Amino acid sequence: MTDVLTRRQLLQRAAVGGAAISLPGLLAACGGSTSSSASGTTSHTLAKTLRFSNWTLYIDKQGQKHPTLDAFQKKTGVHVDYTEDINDNASYFGKIQGPLSRGQSISRDIIVMTDNSRYPNLLIKKGWLEKLDKSAIPNIKNLLPVQRHPNWDPNRDYSLPWQSGMTGIAYNDKLTEPITSMDKLLDDPKLKGKVTLLNEMADTVTLVMLANGDDPGKVTDATFDKAIKRIKGAVDSGQVRQFTGNDYSGPLAKGDLSACMAWSGDIVQLQADNNHLHWNLPDAGGDIWTDNMLIPKGGDVYTASVYMNYVYDPKVAAKIEDYVNYICPVLGAKAVLLKEDPAVAKNELIFPTKEMLDNVHTIDPAVLSNQKYLETWQNLISS
Amino acid sequence: MGFLHRHRSTTPYLLLAPGIAFLGVFFVVPLFYLFVESLKSGSFDVGYTFSWAWSNYWDAIQNYKGHFVRSIEYAGIATLLALLFSYPLAYWIAFRGGRWKNLLLLFIVAPFFVTYLIRTLAWETILADSGPVVGFLRDIHVLGPDGRLLATSTAVVAGITYNFLPFMALPLYVSLEQIDQRLIDAAQDLYASKWKAFLRVTLPLSLPGVVAGTLLTFIPAAGDFINAQLLGSPKQHMIGNVIQSKFLELTDYPSAAAMSFVLMAAILLMVALYARAVGTEQLTG
Repeated sequence: MTDVLTRRQLLQRAAVGGAAISLPGLLAACGGSTSSSASGTTSHTLAKTLRFSNWTLYIDKQGQKHPTLDAFQKKTGVHVDYTEDINDNASYFGKIQGPLSRGQSISRDIIVMTDNSRYPNLLIKKGWLEKLDKSAIPNIKNLLPVQRHPNWDPNRDYSLPWQSGMTGIAYNDKLTEPITSMDKLLDDPKLKGKVTLLNEMADTVTLVMLANGDDPGKVTDATFDKAIKRIKGAVDSGQVRQFTGNDYSGPLAKGDLSACMAWSGDIVQLQADNNHLHWNLPDAGGDIWTDNMLIPKGGDVYTASVYMNYVYDPKVAAKIEDYVNYICPVLGAKAVLLKEDPAVAKNELIFPTKEMLDNVHTIDPAVLSNQKYLETWQNLISS
Repeated sequence: MGFLHRHRSTTPYLLLAPGIAFLGVFFVVPLFYLFVESLKSGSFDVGYTFSWAWSNYWDAIQNYKGHFVRSIEYAGIATLLALLFSYPLAYWIAFRGGRWKNLLLLFIVAPFFVTYLIRTLAWETILADSGPVVGFLRDIHVLGPDGRLLATSTAVVAGITYNFLPFMALPLYVSLEQIDQRLIDAAQDLYASKWKAFLRVTLPLSLPGVVAGTLLTFIPAAGDFINAQLLGSPKQHMIGNVIQSKFLELTDYPSAAAMSFVLMAAILLMVALYARAVGTEQLTG
């Protein structure tokens, strides 16, 4: 029941019905948006409303408003019904898989999910996504070259990056010397009990494998077991205190943690209040992941594609980037920001250097859908 | 009117109907589906099919007995602590609260106007390594210089105790408040000491409140996963955490369903033993 009846829809339907706000008019208005979306329209007319689900704090904001969304409405007449209802990939997938598996619409035109979870790939395999209407996205030419051919969606038929981020190590310089390797994080007795790792398997396993000298892009049972054994050792010895999502930020800022695995964009935001916090890629290499815009089955493909085209305009991307502080996938956004907010444009956590990008890896996609590995991981983080 | 008169015997059933319909639709039907789910086998990718897979139950018990035991243990300790804290509190409010009774009750309930999650996160701050509680405990050498409370069993049990305290305190208050003061006076007139009057009169009369409170605390506490997640480390995870990760992370619905039934059975067993020990008449007051 997430269909919100907008005032405009209500008045419109009531007017069509010829009556004032009659009961049949209301019913028609309620039914309207679901019936139009269930079929997954491929027409080239814009819908009245674009329903967009995203993660929290992941778009520009001024007071209660989102300037880029308002500008989009001014430009196209499409109102964006923007909901921040995604907190983690697994829970969100759990929420939408029921209706999608029954062939029902989830009343969303764009959702955002991370490629270091198995879900974007799984959504494609299950046939629960609509293909993008690339004829409506000429700005796709601005997509960073490294992002153009991910192995789970080689031609970007179903997905476009929203933001990316790097996984590395954060530390508090009041409590510890710089921590620049996973070896130190996992073994240095001075950090005992003051360390957290991430509960996303891809993040933690990738970094530990790199520290082990193994290739996370080609995982074998042996290298996976080796990484798990090493992490388990650090948990059993009490070195590792918890596995977290981005709830490491509170304890890290307060000083309960000396160092932890952390996502680049979070630390940019934390540094604004606490200049003792630092973030770096581990010497042996870090991890990069991308949150992708996807159109779930039943979503309005054309309207969603027009919106994607809009955010791939470097000027719009720069506005979003200026607030979000993760890694922008749009070419040209940096040039715009150099003029408007040079501090952000020059921040290496937001626009990483080539050297950094050469030192980040992505995990073997086979690992993400390997049920045995997933179970091993879950048993490790909840023993 | 005439209808009710002619069918007097059906009246109780008519009055029961809304409640039964509610429980039927929102409890029995989902429970049935959960049961069907728990006997399926397969995988999320190819789909789950019904196959009388009782092995899901066996696997659940076999692989996660540690988590089941830990859940019952934590819930049991938290229930006991909540009882120890709440009884004097409820007693004092009921007998000494006077005209402040309602205000005092409000103080117990007020924190619970804030959501569960926020309250638990607040405990994260209270028990922080750099916080005042840990600082004090270090000063008096209860904790070593590197000791901590967060990510320990103590923190998890403390969190559960706090989060379920009103479920204990309120039923206790209601049963204590109803006790006729003259019965206690009579006991003392008959030369019972204050302590004896409490043991022989007040305590037995408040037992229905104790039973209601312990059940209302123990049952949800055994299935809780928020406190273990936020205040514990992996070593404190309870069965609720495992069910949550089976369901959401692994999309292994049959295992999650089977575990839920095992947990339900375990709780029912504990409640049955408890009811036997204190006498069933206390359950109905």
